[in-house]
Amino acid sequence: MKYVLFICTPAGGEELSPAEIADDPRFTAYIDEVRSRGIGRGGARLRPGSDATTVRVQGDEVLLSDGPFAESKEYVAGIDIVEVTDLDEAISLASRHPAVLAGGSVEVRPVWE
Amino acid sequence: MNDTNDVEEAVAVAFREEWGQVVATLIRVTGDWDLAEECAQDAFAQALDRWRRDGVPRRPGAWLTTTARNRALDVLRRQAVGKEKLREVAVLTRDGEPYDDDSGVGDDRLRLIFTCCHPALPLEARVALTLRTLAGLTTSEIARAFLVPEATMAQRLVRAKRKIRNAGIPYRVPPAHLLPERTTGVLGVLYLLFNEGYAATAGADLVRTNLCAEAIRLARVLARLMPDEPETLGLLALLLLHDARRATRVDGAGDLVTLEDQDRTAWDRAEIDEGAALLETTLRRGRPGPYQIQAAIAACHTTAPTAEDTDWADIAALYGALLRHVPSAVVRLNRAVAVGMSEGPEAGLALVAELEREGDLAGYHLLPATRADLLRRLGRTGEAAEAYARALEDVENDAERRFLEKRLAECRSA
Repeated sequence: MKYVLFICTPAGGEELSPAEIADDPRFTAYIDEVRSRGIGRGGARLRPGSDATTVRVQGDEVLLSDGPFAESKEYVAGIDIVEVTDLDEAISLASRHPAVLAGGSVEVRPVWE
Repeated sequence: MNDTNDVEEAVAVAFREEWGQVVATLIRVTGDWDLAEECAQDAFAQALDRWRRDGVPRRPGAWLTTTARNRALDVLRRQAVGKEKLREVAVLTRDGEPYDDDSGVGDDRLRLIFTCCHPALPLEARVALTLRTLAGLTTSEIARAFLVPEATMAQRLVRAKRKIRNAGIPYRVPPAHLLPERTTGVLGVLYLLFNEGYAATAGADLVRTNLCAEAIRLARVLARLMPDEPETLGLLALLLLHDARRATRVDGAGDLVTLEDQDRTAWDRAEIDEGAALLETTLRRGRPGPYQIQAAIAACHTTAPTAEDTDWADIAALYGALLRHVPSAVVRLNRAVAVGMSEGPEAGLALVAELEREGDLAGYHLLPATRADLLRRLGRTGEAAEAYARALEDVENDAERRFLEKRLAECRSA
């Protein structure tokens, strides 16, 4: 089954670029595991919520607002798409993500297929 | 031709003993919870008919599983599922081999309860799902055990099954290193299972002994499996200490007998001794939990030679300790009873009044029944009668109803 892991980190925390993540020893084990098991199906590191623009439409008017659609203590810092056997495998992987180990959380969502 | 009553009895026995196993096998084989329940129900319905004609099979469980499996194959064929899935079902069911896993869990049904108790499901859904799927309790019985409306419980079950399917929750035994974190849910299931048997919520039987026996059987297996977990021993001790009094809770006419009027010589000594010994062993580890504390409360009752010897102050203190683990209104109501016995009915009434103001137990018959009993002990029979009448509006169990009616009549004629 395919799952999207929403990697949530506390707002105002450390912001690592994709290049920094690739070189960060805390991420090595996770990245190596996804690669060696061949379970990665894509993903993205996202810029922080302060760079977000939210779009709404009211009648004919396009309304823009600066920032994410909802302010919260945690924000989605990235997504990983993985294909594994079942929820237990997805949970096991998520529980070893460096963001979780640093006090963030991962929302595991099955892909609607 | 077989006697109709005998066949009905045989099907009823098979339902109690085999329902969980049949459903569990079908879920494993089809991966579809609703289909599994439907086909199991169908197999039991067919049994009534076929066993009457052909006689009760030598191994009713195997007959029911095969019948349900064939029905599932039919349904899947009609739904034109892929050949691969059909082959899977056929292969999986051809051999009678037990399902292989590496958890070390030996008992089949316990293994299945663990699977139902996946931590990705809300705790209440885990318990409800297991009671419905493995113990065959009706949605209404489970709703009553949780003090929620039947529609709420039905919705909860639907949602849990949907999440299992959509989120890919595996139907298998968790590996050994994950077993402890699933224990809380399993203990909750066994406790509610026992309670449902001990004081059946609806219908004529106050005690449905098979549910009690099943809960104790599973608790024993669990205690053997996890000897280092104090709460599993605590739960087994608790169930044994309650069960020891089971036979004396109703009289020959099926009427409820209160704790103080029970024939203590008829309590099951062996169960009391075993429960008390287990409790002592587990308390020595110094890691108390809700089940150990409740077992200690039960032990206060079962080890008192007479009702008058009961140490109610001790019991009230234990309920206070229990509240720190389980801050629920039902525990507070039980504490009110103990306080009423140790400090006098007025003290108990004050605590009951607090609960009434807060309203969490609205519709729970034991709240007005407790008020009634405390008033009765004070000789305020007029007010007691009013409270008994209110309790009677919400009671569902026939034996409890007759008991409350008897008390009401006594108060009115006093």
